[in-house]
Amino acid sequence: MSIKKTSLNNLHIKYGAKLVEFAGYQMPIQYKYGIIQEHKYTRSHSGIFDVSHMGQLFISGGDDLTNELEKIFPADLKKLKTNQSKYSFLMNNKGGIQDDLIITKTSDGFLIILNAACKYNDYEVIKSKLDNQYKLNLDESLSLIALQGPEAKNVLNKVIPGCDSLKFMNGNNYVYKNEKVYITRSGYTGEDGFEISIKNSDAETFVESLIENGSKLIGLGARDTLRMEAGLCLYGNDLDNDTSPIEANLKWAIPKSRIETEFVGSEVLKNQFQSGVKKLRVGIKPDSKVIARGNTKIYNDKNQEIGKVTSGTFGPSVEHPIAMGYVDNSYSTVNTKIFLEVRGKKIPANICNLPFYKKNYVKGEINV
Amino acid sequence: MSEVKYSKEHEWIKLDGEEATIGITKHATEMLGDIVFAELPEKGSHVDKDGTAGVVESTKAASDVYTPVSGEVIDTNQMIVDDPSKINEDPEESAWFFKLKIKDKSEMDSLMNKEEYEKFAKETSA
Repeated sequence: MSIKKTSLNNLHIKYGAKLVEFAGYQMPIQYKYGIIQEHKYTRSHSGIFDVSHMGQLFISGGDDLTNELEKIFPADLKKLKTNQSKYSFLMNNKGGIQDDLIITKTSDGFLIILNAACKYNDYEVIKSKLDNQYKLNLDESLSLIALQGPEAKNVLNKVIPGCDSLKFMNGNNYVYKNEKVYITRSGYTGEDGFEISIKNSDAETFVESLIENGSKLIGLGARDTLRMEAGLCLYGNDLDNDTSPIEANLKWAIPKSRIETEFVGSEVLKNQFQSGVKKLRVGIKPDSKVIARGNTKIYNDKNQEIGKVTSGTFGPSVEHPIAMGYVDNSYSTVNTKIFLEVRGKKIPANICNLPFYKKNYVKGEINV
Repeated sequence: MSEVKYSKEHEWIKLDGEEATIGITKHATEMLGDIVFAELPEKGSHVDKDGTAGVVESTKAASDVYTPVSGEVIDTNQMIVDDPSKINEDPEESAWFFKLKIKDKSEMDSLMNKEEYEKFAKETSA
């Protein structure tokens, strides 16, 4: 299979991107200024992220669509108002996460934003569960651009006036160059921001106009350090088919109204709600400057293995190594002393609260 | 004049009598990106040619640092441990990694000179 390119590929090259393959796409890992500068620019100004590799699945048709989708997703879709978004999951029968996603109610159905590496499989799974009764369109004629950071609102408002009135986890239709664009107020960095769904042919000029208004392109490298500081999960690292939303400490995304109802994986979740879970996702702060990457083994003070790290890096805004991972539930309390095995040495660390970086609406406040 | 040579693992080595100063090349720092962590060998320890003698980590990944020659570690650069970003800023001068008292000068023979290394770096990164 040949490597795919997004509509912004030429622009990435123009702005000096280092390109890598990610989920079958040629994507920018960083631009010329480097991951730390890109990370900090997003926290202090605003950053543009090409996330066009992600899936934009539109589902429409039929009065029963909401009911049918509630049999698949553990979200309260009946309560969802038009243009409102919710974070949810596509699970398997064992309650494991096949993908984490954002569902938005549109005027004629739903829009679901899927992870790039999962999108084709998700499409098949959802299509077969809906018994082919509804219209599904995994629309690859659209690009998806995220604009994140404290200045995102002002920058975007200059290019597409009116979008600053959107509320968090809400979307709406706007017009750019006489074409419809769909904008939601959401993101993956811990900052205020937007995701803009726009025709492939308009994406390049749109991004250039964001740059003219003071924003900068940011690569996947900084996207990863930003989301880790914000305590957000990356599918494939922190979430997978063998991990449930309860184990992932994402219980908040399963509304109480749905616990007693049926959906894919509901038996397992109901059981976990009642009896608890064996492993739990936690934040981890190493005592020293040593970085514990994904797959680092975690030990207790008796040298017994109690879990493993699923994501770890150096947090450029918190200026300290950060990690998250899964530990035996009895070690999941904040301030529990644990040990990380890095290059044969046991590095002391503490279980800590997530996120590592917490936005203060006036100024950045740092939590390490 | 002291002699500077380069290894295929992208370390540079400057020999001054029996004392060798070792660091990583500018090309290496460009490939690694922003360096956020450095670990150095212990003073007084012995390192063997082509063996691991430290670690650098960027925001993305960890990489081993090798020693291009054998010897006893007589000094390490605490500055780069305290502020690893110095390695990106000045890799081939002030941000050296460690100094060795070397045993066998002939170990230098297999290393590349500047011109050879530049050609090697260009070819391997293409």
